[in-house]
Amino acid sequence: MLALSDEILMTIDKPARYIGNEINSVVKDKSKIDIRFAMCFPDVYEIGMSHLGLQILYDMFNKFDDVWCERVFSPWIDLDPIMRRDNIPLFALESQEPVKDFDFLGITIQYEMCYTNILQILDLSKIPLKSSDRGNDDPIVVGGGPCTYNPEPIADFFDFFYIGEGETKYREIFDLYKKHRAGNFDRKQFLIEVAKIDGMYVPSLYKVEYNEDGTVKSYIPKNLSVPKTVKKEIVKDLTDTYYPDAPIVPFIKVTQDRVVLEIQRGCIRGCRFCQAGQIYRPVRERDVEFLKKQAVKMLENTGHEEISLSSLSSSDYSKLEELVNFLIEECNQRKINISLPSLRIDNFSVDVMSKVQDIKKSSLTFAPEAGTQRMRNVINKGLTEEDILNGAHLAFENGWSKVKLYFMLGLPGETKEDVEGIGVLADKIAREFFDTVPKEERKNGPVQITVSTSFFIPKPFTPFQWAPQNTREQFIEKAYTCRSSIMSMLNQKRIKYNWHETDVSVLEGIMARGDRRLSESILTAYENGALYDAWSDTYKHDVWLDAFEKNNVDIDFYTTRERSIDEVFPWDVIDCGVSKNFLKREYERSKEGVVTPNCKLNCNGCGAGSFGVGICVNR
Amino acid sequence: MKVRIKFSKHGAVRYIGHLDIMRYFQKSMRKSGVDIAYSTGYSPHQIMSFAQPLGVGMESDGEYLDIEMASEENCEDIRRKLNSVMVPGIVIENVVALPDDAGNAMASVAAARYKISLKSGDCFNLALIDALSGFLDQNEIFITKETKKNTLIVDIKPGIYEASFDESGLFFTCFLDASSGGNIKAITVIKALCDYCKIEFKPLDYMVCRLDTYANKDGALVPLDKV
Repeated sequence: MLALSDEILMTIDKPARYIGNEINSVVKDKSKIDIRFAMCFPDVYEIGMSHLGLQILYDMFNKFDDVWCERVFSPWIDLDPIMRRDNIPLFALESQEPVKDFDFLGITIQYEMCYTNILQILDLSKIPLKSSDRGNDDPIVVGGGPCTYNPEPIADFFDFFYIGEGETKYREIFDLYKKHRAGNFDRKQFLIEVAKIDGMYVPSLYKVEYNEDGTVKSYIPKNLSVPKTVKKEIVKDLTDTYYPDAPIVPFIKVTQDRVVLEIQRGCIRGCRFCQAGQIYRPVRERDVEFLKKQAVKMLENTGHEEISLSSLSSSDYSKLEELVNFLIEECNQRKINISLPSLRIDNFSVDVMSKVQDIKKSSLTFAPEAGTQRMRNVINKGLTEEDILNGAHLAFENGWSKVKLYFMLGLPGETKEDVEGIGVLADKIAREFFDTVPKEERKNGPVQITVSTSFFIPKPFTPFQWAPQNTREQFIEKAYTCRSSIMSMLNQKRIKYNWHETDVSVLEGIMARGDRRLSESILTAYENGALYDAWSDTYKHDVWLDAFEKNNVDIDFYTTRERSIDEVFPWDVIDCGVSKNFLKREYERSKEGVVTPNCKLNCNGCGAGSFGVGICVNR
Repeated sequence: MKVRIKFSKHGAVRYIGHLDIMRYFQKSMRKSGVDIAYSTGYSPHQIMSFAQPLGVGMESDGEYLDIEMASEENCEDIRRKLNSVMVPGIVIENVVALPDDAGNAMASVAAARYKISLKSGDCFNLALIDALSGFLDQNEIFITKETKKNTLIVDIKPGIYEASFDESGLFFTCFLDASSGGNIKAITVIKALCDYCKIEFKPLDYMVCRLDTYANKDGALVPLDKV
């Protein structure tokens, strides 16, 4: 029995988003289940189903005999008004039953621009939007994912946040829940007990005090048994843990329509703009033999025609060559495509790519992130112009002619020269092509360079968490400078330039370093029609500006203000393992343009060694 | 070796469109271990061809696809292997070996039989039932057909081979031209009948099930797995 009527399914776009029933989806006998868990990715099905973390936890929960985990995604904008009109409660895909009847609603929060979608999920489920309004019969609403490293703007909407990697503590939480349900269930009492489990942050148990200038003064636990700071959870051994043998295979084409093999977590590089590079420390590799077996199992169990490697920096995986050679052999036999993430361009990767890609169609990708060496040193991006030009030379020799370059605009301390350097670098790559490939050998046409810039947004737990974000006007001016620079180059006809939108970067900046007082603005924006803010077609900037004005929020306070070095941050209540002192040191070094060596070369004492695993102990 | 696979499609999976069903079968081939042949070239793809797309929302007892095998395999084994990896609602009904000179599934399609009912579970409007013989006795039955470029007036009478209501009045069965040049949708016949009776037509009121798909064999129409 489907939750949506035939008439509705026949009038909306892609009805297969809402029917469940996919290969490897799990249906259990609910009479034999103690805990029903609704796992939600608050965006449309095709995005949510492409997320590896959801597949890992779905598989793990359903391996527990007493738990049935189902999926929930945001109804698309065509279905949303129909559900409201017909009073249809939001349902989980597998059972097609209302989310409201579940024990848990778990929401993965992967980007700031999904916050109004979270409210839509709660609203359509008929669960009170604020944690404080929920009763004993409402599902426990838990959040996880990278945005929970500063969950404060959405703290009012969640009962608790699971900080860190999901594999470690859910069993304990479920057992605690069952124990509490067996007696006289009291939601508040349960949450107090949850807060005693490592990694669990229950925002309602902390009182926030502010200084007169609006900055945070302190976080005070309301209960002495609750920890002052919550330290993230990590998986100690990534080989001996949960990983799905048979992930769900969607009927409709989703963004990540392939087997995804996560080869490691964390990153040794320490780029100063990158949040993932800090919060997932330390680097932990999965055993190569485990990955080989897993790849074969997953290909056999899904029937996917493509496999892809996943990690923050695959070139740093110590057994990459062995793994890739194995996959090439295995996939050739099975007629499976290999999609390689952006690898550092060297002899090995060029050789591998020429085996697995169609050179005519594929492009090579560089992410210099900044246009000059000075700026790259500031951001600790250990990629030199020589590396880039040598890599390009090698690729051009082997037949490639398409290059993609990724940069950021608005980095701390950026000058006009740094922005113009983007055009200069792109031009040098074009020249490298014409020097490398003689005219008669340009059978794939002349070089085509695509330059893309995004706007830099300072994120919590990075060395740039103190830095001011550029204003919208500065962003636009820099994009213009960058474009003019490209236009003035000799090979400008060979260079295409794309830039990211500015309005949405401002909103992302507010939320990234926001505090608890923003929840009212999110609520107002949602009530006034903001939804799917991550989609440029549906993003309503005016609604957001209105919401901030109504709630007396000073946007500049969150975005363009330079924070003092001893400011207490809203996210100081979370401990990601990397110390604030280390981040301060890194911020100072960035101002001096001093590069910090990566974790493989040298331990820089970031604090992640306290976990006692990964690269911190096995260099 | 070339084999023809007959499958049925019922329930929730009827909302999965034709392109996604094709992708589903490609994955099912890999998952089941059926030794399907691949094209040669830089990016090999499975040699597979579907008979006739089924509209989203329709059910079917008689869908067909042809595949080329890389090695000889017993048809019953192929059927068993595929059925072991199907999702609820899709069942492999039959697998038959095709002669080497058989035309491909899509080109072979000549006709299809449909069963239509009301989603409400009610019987059809008596006026429609009474009017059917008069409707079919017309020399010509014109309908307007919207194409991407313009609107065409088409006579569907020659393509309606059979049409009848059952005794209960719950089901309307029709046997229609399904060839590439003259394909008639079952719902079009219902619409024409409604128009003939001046009864309002709402396409979402009807449930359509394709009962089988037919090919032309020596002048007779036979199901695609009986050629």
